[in-house]
Amino acid sequence: MSDPPLVLDQVTRRFSIAKRVVVALDQVSATTTPGLVTGLIGPDGAGKTTLMRVIAGLLRVDSGGVRVFGVDVAADPLAVQGMISYMPQRFGLYEDLTVQENLDLYADLQGLASGLRAARYGELLHMTGLAAFTTRLAGKLSGGMKQKLGLACTLIHPPRLLLLDEPTVGVDPVSRRELWSIVDHLVRGAGMSVLLSTAYLDEAEKCDEVLLLHEGKLIGSGPPGDFTKSMAGRSFQVRAAGMSKRVALTALTGRAGVTDAVIQGESVRLVLDRDAKPELVREAGLKDAVVIPVPPRFEDRFIDLLKIKAMAESPAKTLVMNPASRASTQTQPADVVIEVKHLIKRFGDFLAVDDISFTVRRGEIFGLLGANGAGKSTTFRMLCGLLLASSGTLRVGGFDLSHAAATARGQLGYMAQKFSLYGDLSVMQNLRFFSAAYGLTGQKRRQRIDWALSVFELTPFRDATSRDLPLGFKQRMALACALMHEPEILFLDEPTSGVDPLARREFWQRINGLADHGVTVLVTTHFMDEAEYCDRLVIMGQGRILAEGTSEQLKDHCRDESHPNPTMEDAFIALIEANDAQIAALARQA
Amino acid sequence: MYHRVLALIIKEFLAILRDAKSRMVLVGPPLVQLLVFGYAATFNLNHVPFAVYNQDRGTASLDLVAHFTNSAAFEKFAVLNSDNQIKSLIDSRQVEMVLVIDPRFSRDLLTHQPAPVQVIVDGRNSNTALLILGYANTILMNYSRTWATAHGAPPPLAEIVPRALFNQNLDSRWFIIPGIVALLTQVVTLLVVGLSVAREREAGTFDQILVTPMRPLDILLGKSIPGLLIGVIEGSVIILATVFWFKVPLYGGLLQLYLGLLLFVLAITGIGLMISSIAATQQQALLGAFLFMVPSIILSGFATPISNMPVIIQYLTLINPLRYALVVIRSSFLQHPSFMSLLPQYLPMAALALASLIAADWLFRKRAV
Repeated sequence: MSDPPLVLDQVTRRFSIAKRVVVALDQVSATTTPGLVTGLIGPDGAGKTTLMRVIAGLLRVDSGGVRVFGVDVAADPLAVQGMISYMPQRFGLYEDLTVQENLDLYADLQGLASGLRAARYGELLHMTGLAAFTTRLAGKLSGGMKQKLGLACTLIHPPRLLLLDEPTVGVDPVSRRELWSIVDHLVRGAGMSVLLSTAYLDEAEKCDEVLLLHEGKLIGSGPPGDFTKSMAGRSFQVRAAGMSKRVALTALTGRAGVTDAVIQGESVRLVLDRDAKPELVREAGLKDAVVIPVPPRFEDRFIDLLKIKAMAESPAKTLVMNPASRASTQTQPADVVIEVKHLIKRFGDFLAVDDISFTVRRGEIFGLLGANGAGKSTTFRMLCGLLLASSGTLRVGGFDLSHAAATARGQLGYMAQKFSLYGDLSVMQNLRFFSAAYGLTGQKRRQRIDWALSVFELTPFRDATSRDLPLGFKQRMALACALMHEPEILFLDEPTSGVDPLARREFWQRINGLADHGVTVLVTTHFMDEAEYCDRLVIMGQGRILAEGTSEQLKDHCRDESHPNPTMEDAFIALIEANDAQIAALARQA
Repeated sequence: MYHRVLALIIKEFLAILRDAKSRMVLVGPPLVQLLVFGYAATFNLNHVPFAVYNQDRGTASLDLVAHFTNSAAFEKFAVLNSDNQIKSLIDSRQVEMVLVIDPRFSRDLLTHQPAPVQVIVDGRNSNTALLILGYANTILMNYSRTWATAHGAPPPLAEIVPRALFNQNLDSRWFIIPGIVALLTQVVTLLVVGLSVAREREAGTFDQILVTPMRPLDILLGKSIPGLLIGVIEGSVIILATVFWFKVPLYGGLLQLYLGLLLFVLAITGIGLMISSIAATQQQALLGAFLFMVPSIILSGFATPISNMPVIIQYLTLINPLRYALVVIRSSFLQHPSFMSLLPQYLPMAALALASLIAADWLFRKRAV
């Protein structure tokens, strides 16, 4: 057992997409330790899945080598595949088979002797908590349960090295915790080695060691503690009394000595350069600010590493809608722009949205937070006028968009999930189309296209086919298209899922700028971090609003002695669990 | 409104022309089908292999056999000397016809008596068998007339003097290839339009369009005009190929032809948009397009005459735009029809176009919210 589970030696893999060559893996070298959870961490497009497939022997490398327990993958892929199990991002469950039938099928495929099956099934079903659901169709399981069943099928034949490709993506926080405890159990109990990839940086801290991947390059490796240790004494919470958190953020962002500044609830979370002093907060004009040191996060180190890399690049600018001032900035900030009262949506017998009410005021960033299936997308689609409500009142900028004239839609901007634009069209062609779709013509249209190209720094890509753009640029372009017509209200559906933390910061900086100019922003997200950027938010579960308030208020729900500083995820899980308990109690009464 | 629709049209063309797969749909299937139908599909028979079992020794029988071998339709495969051989030749499909001549054939003819000739055909393909019998009949008629004049026998009492109008040689290619114009225009238009909304729905861009100030009518126009243009251009290219490559004469007026083509493409665009607005994915749209395509071809009169179909099915053909388009295009090629004479074709197509576009518009609104 002297051979390490995984040795990567200068692994390089290129892909040619259209006419471009993309280096998915660029001389990645690493060695992992047996019996540990190794996290493969990086944003979408970092090369995580490519590396997983290379290790599993499904892709050849262009140069370099991969050894699994001392066996070269290229030389003997079958021997390697006998030692590993690989769970791809979308595990191939047969949706029309039951949980038990899926397990049987994978037991047959992996050649598990029938005498051993009963014991193994019992163990796996107990571990994944699926024992009560063996007769349910896999297609009818929730996202989290599907992932757990996928994991169970992968583990039918216990491997020496388990490869998990983004097992927690799109899974609600409760199931996410359960998945992690299963992985922990496997490693501690069965001595398995696990390589787990994820785009959620907060999960890095749950791993024993970490490989940090960015744009195909390994930019850091080691225990997660080492990453945060190097950031000790550099992270602070800044509470600026009598000043809007956004003004404070703008004052701090991009200042010499500041590595990173993000909004966290009511305050700004600040990370300073190695030699900078917290006094610079006062120099930045935040005279009465309270600066409290906080423990560093994994993400801080990631940003630090990226910043060093991207030193030469210019910092993102705050987004100004239009050089010429616009009418909306003069209106009173207290106007109610979005009003939802007793909104209900039924799909047949299923109650997708169950009597919800909330209001959003002008210039607010308002979040709809919830797991998949909580009803947030349905609510969002009704607000945009894409779906008819079953009953209830719904007013956006004074109109019910599902009935209002087309012109009423002219005041809102919409950025869809996955940044859906016309992939075959160039950046310029997309901008031209959307500007015309919003009714811009002539001089005005040219002006706005020029504005979009320059503010979003898309000029170098104007003739590039949109499909081939990196994710961060697709996101920029999607936002540019949504803002062509200077909307009063902006709808964002999962706006930063998968993009790297720098692009996410840049995006929110732009959104903050818009809100300061009186634009009302409505965001849906299942990404807990993103909730911190919202002024107010609602948490949805099973079609209902479980809680409403600022992120600090929501966290108060679960703040106690044992958790003095709960995260948004803690708050979310506490709310969901309380709700489940309530439903169970009601069911018992009935 | 005009700007928005124009922007949609430009976007639609860019999306089709910049995508290699969509470009293929415009060029690939039409080219293959044009070649397949143009060269392979014909009702005319050529070089039908046949065998002769001639029990007669007279010159008259040899003369008759010569009539068969000299015709382009038949080719002598074997000369038999026993009727046992007939069965195996037919069974193995080596010949499709056997000409059996009676031992008294020459004698009967010389004594001015009816001389029987047996023609055995392979009835497994009834269509070909009927055609062979027709050809054989014509040859025998010619033979009888020639014999009668040469030997002073009384001529046949009544005979058919055929004359085919418009297509004097009854070349089936003149019938089939103009039909392909309509067929291929339908395939391409249906695919381009049928997939257009479904593709956007899959990519999420349809939602993006629906939240812009564009009205359902703008979207309908923006989606149907590109289909219309592509259909008409595609049709024109095939018309050119028909005239200059396959040398089918175009006698009729171009205006009559294009009015028909336009109404036809409009109706197909409406149907394509209906399919597209019902389908949630491109796969469903493709399936829907084929579900419409196959019956529409069978019920169009493209290959088998509508008048041969059961009456109920004949009613069904009334809602098939291809049925009318085939009449307009075929008559425009081979005759010179007036607008008035084509009105019974134009009007139903216009009605179908209107109905399908209204239905598509309604489905858009229904699916849109």
